[in-house]
Amino acid sequence: MTVLERAAAVAAEVRDPEMPMLTLADLGVLRDVRVEGDVVVASITPTYSGCPAMATMRDDLVHRLTDAGFARVEVRVVLEPAWSSDWITEHGRAALRDAGLSPPGPAPTVGGPIPLLLGPTRRVLTCPLCGSDRTERVSEFGSTACKALYRCTDCREPFDHVKEI
Amino acid sequence: MNDESVYDGLLGGDSSQWAFGTDFEDPLAGVDTTVPAGIDATELAVYCLMLGDDTLVLSQRLSEWCSRAPELEEDIALANFALDLLGQARLLLARAAAADPSIVPPLPEGSPVPAEDALAYFREAGQFRNVRMAEVPNGDFAHVVVRLLLFSIARLAVLQRLRGSADAVLAAVAAKGVKELAYHRDWAGRWFVTLALGTDESRRRLLTALEQLWPLHDELFTAHPIEKSLAAAVDPGEVRAEADAVLDQVLAVAEVERPEPIGTRGRTGRDGLHTEALSLMLAEMQVVARAHPMGLW
Ligand SMILES: [Zn+2]
Repeated sequence: MTVLERAAAVAAEVRDPEMPMLTLADLGVLRDVRVEGDVVVASITPTYSGCPAMATMRDDLVHRLTDAGFARVEVRVVLEPAWSSDWITEHGRAALRDAGLSPPGPAPTVGGPIPLLLGPTRRVLTCPLCGSDRTERVSEFGSTACKALYRCTDCREPFDHVKEI
Repeated sequence: MNDESVYDGLLGGDSSQWAFGTDFEDPLAGVDTTVPAGIDATELAVYCLMLGDDTLVLSQRLSEWCSRAPELEEDIALANFALDLLGQARLLLARAAAADPSIVPPLPEGSPVPAEDALAYFREAGQFRNVRMAEVPNGDFAHVVVRLLLFSIARLAVLQRLRGSADAVLAAVAAKGVKELAYHRDWAGRWFVTLALGTDESRRRLLTALEQLWPLHDELFTAHPIEKSLAAAVDPGEVRAEADAVLDQVLAVAEVERPEPIGTRGRTGRDGLHTEALSLMLAEMQVVARAHPMGLW
């Protein structure tokens, strides 16, 4: 294994502090890992502008890489292109489902004018707990900026849905 | 007990004992903040302050709603909006400081306060460039709905154009902000309609809030000279037609008549002219940071 491969493997295993079933790589937040001289440089993209987990992600990357023997670690922010929930990997989506969360559907396309939506956001969701497709939204805004709260009308359990952005 | 402070062991050394670390996280760490050729760095910095102060001040007002909204879900929604706007403010103030470090208020030698915090906590009200719509005190729930609707319609329209800004940092902040503002606008639009078509009391409160905030609406589209001259900026006057169309869409569904236009005269929030409410808000927001200019948070 080269130094880069080893560093990339360590970085890819760092987990999201708020959804620890996801690695930063699964979440699509880890954009790049490279070695510049004797410095490991990891690049991350914020999920939301105000995501308070960013500082933790950065600290965790530094700690994990330092613990793995890389003396110098730098974490850079990449703002462009903006993170999209479409970047969550298939592996990450499966991990969300296994943990009882509903993964996001396709993100709305950006570019043209953004239509005003005065009706409730309609999503066809599958209950991650029992598989039923009879669900109802409790709140568009959930425990963190990236989640909406739903409940299943069959098994009656509430669950988080990771929003499309 | 001896003279040792119980807090001595908490500072310095290994930061792994903290859930969120102790190092300040630069929101633009590693981002190329070179000002593009042909862009005036000072004007760019002031423009970033304008947009950043709008979101910082409105974020503070929305935060005041925390634990006071009519139901838990709406409380969380408002807190989420506040967080989005605060995140945008951090990026914009950091961008302003990087473009022109001379705009950052001077602090005592060796102060660990980062530039974005120096801008947020150590400027006087007259140095803030936010529109006055952002600063007026909170009222009832209808007030926050109307304020957020009017602000987010205008801001979303500006950010959509700003995605093509000549400044790559501003363009990136805008591209992110568009996705967030679309959520804020839709939430406010839905509640506007719900309150307008709800009970007599909810409609009365909604119309009262609209009447109170309407005199500040025009300022959202009144360009400061820098918003016209800076190539990396968006002239808010140019998005007025599309913003009006969106507002009319909401008003039509809500069966509310558009109030008569009230123009903006003289100096505005963009020039540093504010209502008394901003000083009072800042006094509370800034007091701890100002008491400890050498503080490490
Ligand atoms: Zn179920």
